[in-house]
Amino acid sequence: MATVAANSATVAHAAEHDHHEPQSFWRTYIFSEDHKTIAKQYLISGIIWSVIGISLSVMFRLQLGFPNMKLDFLRPILGNWINETGKLDPDFYLALVTMHGTIMVFFVLTAGLSGTFSNFLIPLQVGARDMASGFLNMLSYWFFFLASMIMLGSLFIETGPAAGGWVIYPPLSALPQAHKGSELGMTLWLISMALFIVSQLLGGINYITTVINLRTRGMSFSKLPLTIWAFFLTAVLGLISFPVLLSAALLLIFDRSFGTSFYLSEIYIKGEALPNVGGSPILFQHLFWFLGHPEVYIVLLPALGMTSEIIATNSRKPIFGYRAMIASMMGIAFLAFIVWAHHMFVTGMNPFLGSIFMFLTLIIAVPSAVKAFNYITTLWRGNIRFTPAMLFSIGLVSFFISGGLTGIILGNSALDIQLHDTYFVVAHFHLVMGAASAFGLLAGVYHWFPKMFGRMMNEKLGYVHFWLTFIGIYLVFFPMHYIGISGFPRRYYAFTSYDFTKNIFADMNSFISLAAIFTFTAQWIFVWNFVYSMFKGRKAPQNPWKSNTLEWTAPINPGHGNWPGEIPAVYRWAYDYSKPGAKDDFIPQNVPYSQTPESNLPHENELIGLEKEIEAQNLNDQFKQPH
Amino acid sequence: MSELVNNITLVEEPEETLSMNPRKFILWLFIVSIIMLFAAMTSAYLVRRAEGNWLEYVIPPIFNYSSVVLVMSSLTMHWAYLSAKKDNFGNLKIAITVTFVLGAVFLYMQFLGWVDLVNENVFFVGNPAGSFMYIFTGLHGFHLISGIIVLVFALVAAFRLRIHAKSLNQIEIAATYWHFLDILWLYLFFFLVYFH
Repeated sequence: MATVAANSATVAHAAEHDHHEPQSFWRTYIFSEDHKTIAKQYLISGIIWSVIGISLSVMFRLQLGFPNMKLDFLRPILGNWINETGKLDPDFYLALVTMHGTIMVFFVLTAGLSGTFSNFLIPLQVGARDMASGFLNMLSYWFFFLASMIMLGSLFIETGPAAGGWVIYPPLSALPQAHKGSELGMTLWLISMALFIVSQLLGGINYITTVINLRTRGMSFSKLPLTIWAFFLTAVLGLISFPVLLSAALLLIFDRSFGTSFYLSEIYIKGEALPNVGGSPILFQHLFWFLGHPEVYIVLLPALGMTSEIIATNSRKPIFGYRAMIASMMGIAFLAFIVWAHHMFVTGMNPFLGSIFMFLTLIIAVPSAVKAFNYITTLWRGNIRFTPAMLFSIGLVSFFISGGLTGIILGNSALDIQLHDTYFVVAHFHLVMGAASAFGLLAGVYHWFPKMFGRMMNEKLGYVHFWLTFIGIYLVFFPMHYIGISGFPRRYYAFTSYDFTKNIFADMNSFISLAAIFTFTAQWIFVWNFVYSMFKGRKAPQNPWKSNTLEWTAPINPGHGNWPGEIPAVYRWAYDYSKPGAKDDFIPQNVPYSQTPESNLPHENELIGLEKEIEAQNLNDQFKQPH
Repeated sequence: MSELVNNITLVEEPEETLSMNPRKFILWLFIVSIIMLFAAMTSAYLVRRAEGNWLEYVIPPIFNYSSVVLVMSSLTMHWAYLSAKKDNFGNLKIAITVTFVLGAVFLYMQFLGWVDLVNENVFFVGNPAGSFMYIFTGLHGFHLISGIIVLVFALVAAFRLRIHAKSLNQIEIAATYWHFLDILWLYLFFFLVYFH
């Protein structure tokens, strides 16, 4: 009786939710607490940031590829950063490199990727009405927005934005007199990043709480889609590592603005000694890379999680090694925290310590290889449908492997001493972290666009976009390995002053720059497809990819609360594709075993008895609670 | 194949999802992030200290007394929680107020500690040994202010009779956070004394 009463109360309450007064424009689209709107806000901000971030890289690639080129045509955008002779200002070159790194790592691949898809998919795939706290979620986006505005503003100030590299090592970043970019630009960078960290913590806390507390009936951890596992572990990584970056930044702020000496010691500028004594710049590197390395996985894991989902769906096969995938993600997440010093092999650390970090670093190859093999074995003999999302996912696997191989080379401390800070490193991390994660992001957009906007993206344009981007990225980064091995250091303004760089590889640098411009141009196909399809795309069916996860059981345009009435219960894992005996080649998670006797395995028949128990479970439905 | 499948007796019992209040869970995660913030600070302290050139100074004794005050405030906070549980609204209001006052007294004593440090010629700017002292106390103080704000909300709720035996979430959240800040300070204090 009590259950019935409670249920009818829920229905009544849910119905009441359906008939909420239409909220004002501001509450619906701007200061929204709805996870789907916040996800779209993150996505659109991420796309705008990526256009800015990649444009910056095209600008410095022009300088690197064509050092004698007149860049006067950039004056309308860059103003006096193009000097009288039509050359890019060397100080601004450093700023461009720094801002490209900062924007792409944090604003695009952290906020744009994790912010979009964790927000969008966690409640929809675990079966929750919304995030645990819609208010904190909204706050998270607006902290990010504020951080974005400050970072964007720093591009336009007279002394230019931060220019000490995205890693902002002191003393360069700690002393305003060190470089133009270390003046106001660096201050704004630190303020922006502090706000960004707050935003990421608010978001991450929400993701973890939602996954743990608000799963629907029957959605045990062993039935969670791999996307959710990936978002969950990403959020845990962020929760543990971002506060450490905040500490590092805080001490740096005190060094810069209050005259403390945490990172500064015995520095002479123009023959005069600074008062700071007793600090240690290496300390900053330790603190920074304690975040910096997990950050690599914060960027990559969500992309890997979405790839698992997309590859299984479009191969029409269960994901190979579901538990091995979870275990390897956990392994990667754990190892992420104990390998940071491999970024610091050349800081004069004890070689014995170096070999420990080398050993731990190389172990990462094991879970990474497990993941790569599982993707390939999932594809193996699958009934593959090459949707654009699928192509981008396969592209991700390709980048993950080819970039991961060079990781094994760089992880060796002896080899790293030769290759440190050369273009080899640039090529390595752009493939394994940059391009792979960007492909995860693009795959996710192509795959979940119908759920986000209720319309399909144009497939033909998607194919063109994929092939141009895929080929373009390899054309950019493959030659870069050779340049790195031959000793070209990264972050240099020009290679015209040294004999060993003057004549060799100049043509290859031009080639890379042309390939970069080509790849950047190809992205406009995506931007056009995205914007056009949002308004004019073909109307999407409810489950366009015939996928198993819960988000496709929600209405095509899910409203507030995602499901009208009861949230579906979950009886099976998310990967029942092409099950022998089954009517269709997919069985969604909310279909009970009692309805599919023809395809049940013996142990699954035993689970039929437990279905009543699952249905009777206490549902953490937010609508049931007074609010 | 079927034999293999028959051998798998992996029948999972349906598990209840965690029934913890999401807000309380959010608080715990927030606490994790604060722990990481201070873990980074204290390990930075150790790394820096191991490098030598470390200023030795006497930790002002007022920090001993302020620690006692903070522990007492934790006790009164617990008293507030117990009163709320028993619907004893008079005691609840008194207990929260006393906790609030003790928290403020603690902050004032921390400030006096800074004054003592300055009198000892240990400044924020100078050898990192001193700077870390200010950073630890300052950052903890900043978090304690946030704890006091949470407390004020609880106090307002108590006066509006919104905290009672059947609605304990708010007081529980305030109490958990307050006890955490207490333990955090004791950790920092013993850390500073031990690794001096």
